[in-house]
Amino acid sequence: MSAPILKLDDVYTDIAQYHVLHGVSMEVPEGGVHVLLGRNGAGKTTTLRTIMGLWQARQGGITFRGEAITGMHTSDIARRGIAYVPENMGIFGGLTVEENMRLASTDGQFDPVRLKWIYTLFPALETFWTKSAWSLSGGQKQMLAIARAIIEKRDLILIDEPTKGLAPAIIHNMISAFREVAQETTILLVEQNFLFAKSLGQTVAVIDDGHIVHTGSMAALVEDQDLQTRLLSLSLDSHQ
Amino acid sequence: MKSLGETFERFGGVNLLPVLIAVIALVLIGSPSTWITLTVAGLAMGMMIFLMASGLSLVFGLMDVLNFGHSAFVSFGAFVAASVLAGLGAWVVADSVFLNVLALLAAIIAAALFGLLAGWFFEQVIIKPVYRDHLRQILITMGALIVAEQIILTIWGGSPISVARPHFLAGSLIIGDVSIETYRIFAFALGLAAYIALYFVLNRTRIGLLVRAGVENREMVEALGFRIDRLFIGVFMAGSALAAIGGAMWAGYQTLITPAIGSEMMIIVFIVIIIGGLGSIEGSLLGALMVGLMGNYVAFLAPKMSLASNMLLMMAILLWRPYGLRPAVQ
Repeated sequence: MSAPILKLDDVYTDIAQYHVLHGVSMEVPEGGVHVLLGRNGAGKTTTLRTIMGLWQARQGGITFRGEAITGMHTSDIARRGIAYVPENMGIFGGLTVEENMRLASTDGQFDPVRLKWIYTLFPALETFWTKSAWSLSGGQKQMLAIARAIIEKRDLILIDEPTKGLAPAIIHNMISAFREVAQETTILLVEQNFLFAKSLGQTVAVIDDGHIVHTGSMAALVEDQDLQTRLLSLSLDSHQ
Repeated sequence: MKSLGETFERFGGVNLLPVLIAVIALVLIGSPSTWITLTVAGLAMGMMIFLMASGLSLVFGLMDVLNFGHSAFVSFGAFVAASVLAGLGAWVVADSVFLNVLALLAAIIAAALFGLLAGWFFEQVIIKPVYRDHLRQILITMGALIVAEQIILTIWGGSPISVARPHFLAGSLIIGDVSIETYRIFAFALGLAAYIALYFVLNRTRIGLLVRAGVENREMVEALGFRIDRLFIGVFMAGSALAAIGGAMWAGYQTLITPAIGSEMMIIVFIVIIIGGLGSIEGSLLGALMVGLMGNYVAFLAPKMSLASNMLLMMAILLWRPYGLRPAVQ
């Protein structure tokens, strides 16, 4: 396994008076798709937001490519090559699809080859290029959110529950797109949908009640029914 | 009902509301010449209110900051401009349009520069420590407004100060039996120029793109690698400068000013941004024009209802569209 691109070491995060993360430690290897699984309220989103500096860790350290990023401003973390696709997609509805994309590009310019590649991944974006992002469907908004994260090559993309509320056909397209994107970058995917997660993930970490309760390869988890039942019974019940 | 709404939108939607107000007023007033005079006065007043309101609306939308001290910039703008015009008295009353324009430009630029610097100071010292805390924002900015008015009292005194209008703006334009003050035409043109400039910056530049995105979702803008707090300082300074220019123009419109000039306008400014929708320049313009027109028509038709009319307008709009006519975030 390659050296970790991202490492969380005993991270504690509080939101107001609530202690949400209680010593999260995990490593994300470079390249491929790595999944953080867990039931609702386990701390998945808080983990991603803490990595991005949107919520500050009270204790513990986060390193990206060996550099400590704990306590850094979110924009500085982003500029180190980490893209973030939040659960609500973070689309700017009042802007056009093009403006949303232009904002994500460092100098406001597009690489035509890369843009063409994005169009092949998400053809709807070309169709609605000049339309307001408000007018997009839920699936198209998710495509825009992902496209915005890959408009330039990033080292790591954090994606929070991209399949939430999407139709199966769109989820299928999303799997193909993620596989292609993972050829050039590392994806840390937060999911509750185990079927989606197992079709993409190389490694998996399971979070419960604010700390990591299992890490290993996705293949091993898929093989081990008992482990699945023990770790993910709540998620599997709701998605299978 | 749906087709009625679609028809309304097809013909311009909420943008038609100022026209609707003007048409109703024409029917009620009866006399076209009086109506034209009032309409021009309303449009000019609306544009001056727009100058005062646009910055506050962006600050509200971008950083969720309730700045009740915004009117201090209006007051200071008025007094700084009045002082510059008084200092350049010979140019103001000269027969030369060139000297008149120079005096006017000097007054407006001085007010704007003061607004920029005071805005920077205000943001750094007063606003920055109370981000994300509405109660403290209200208390501290109200306190700052009181302090600002006392500073004006200390420097300029409590007596009303008369403001000289440059000679070329002092008269009226007579067309048939319609009389239109030249100053009102100038105020309208300046406000329109400011709107066009703001529209261009917001819609055609990268900074504008960031501001529009920031109004919708600050956090996501930061997650894309931008420092929204630095952007906010710039917006705050620009908003303060616009308010100061609005104050300078309002001073020339009123010709007699007191330290309360800003706080007197504050209610109107808040009505405008609530009617227009937070964070929206187009909404601020729409709200300002409606308030300006309504104020002038009602002042003529039912003088005692003048202030109440704008309150009623705001209530009606909020009942119809709780987030205002053109909110930045839908």
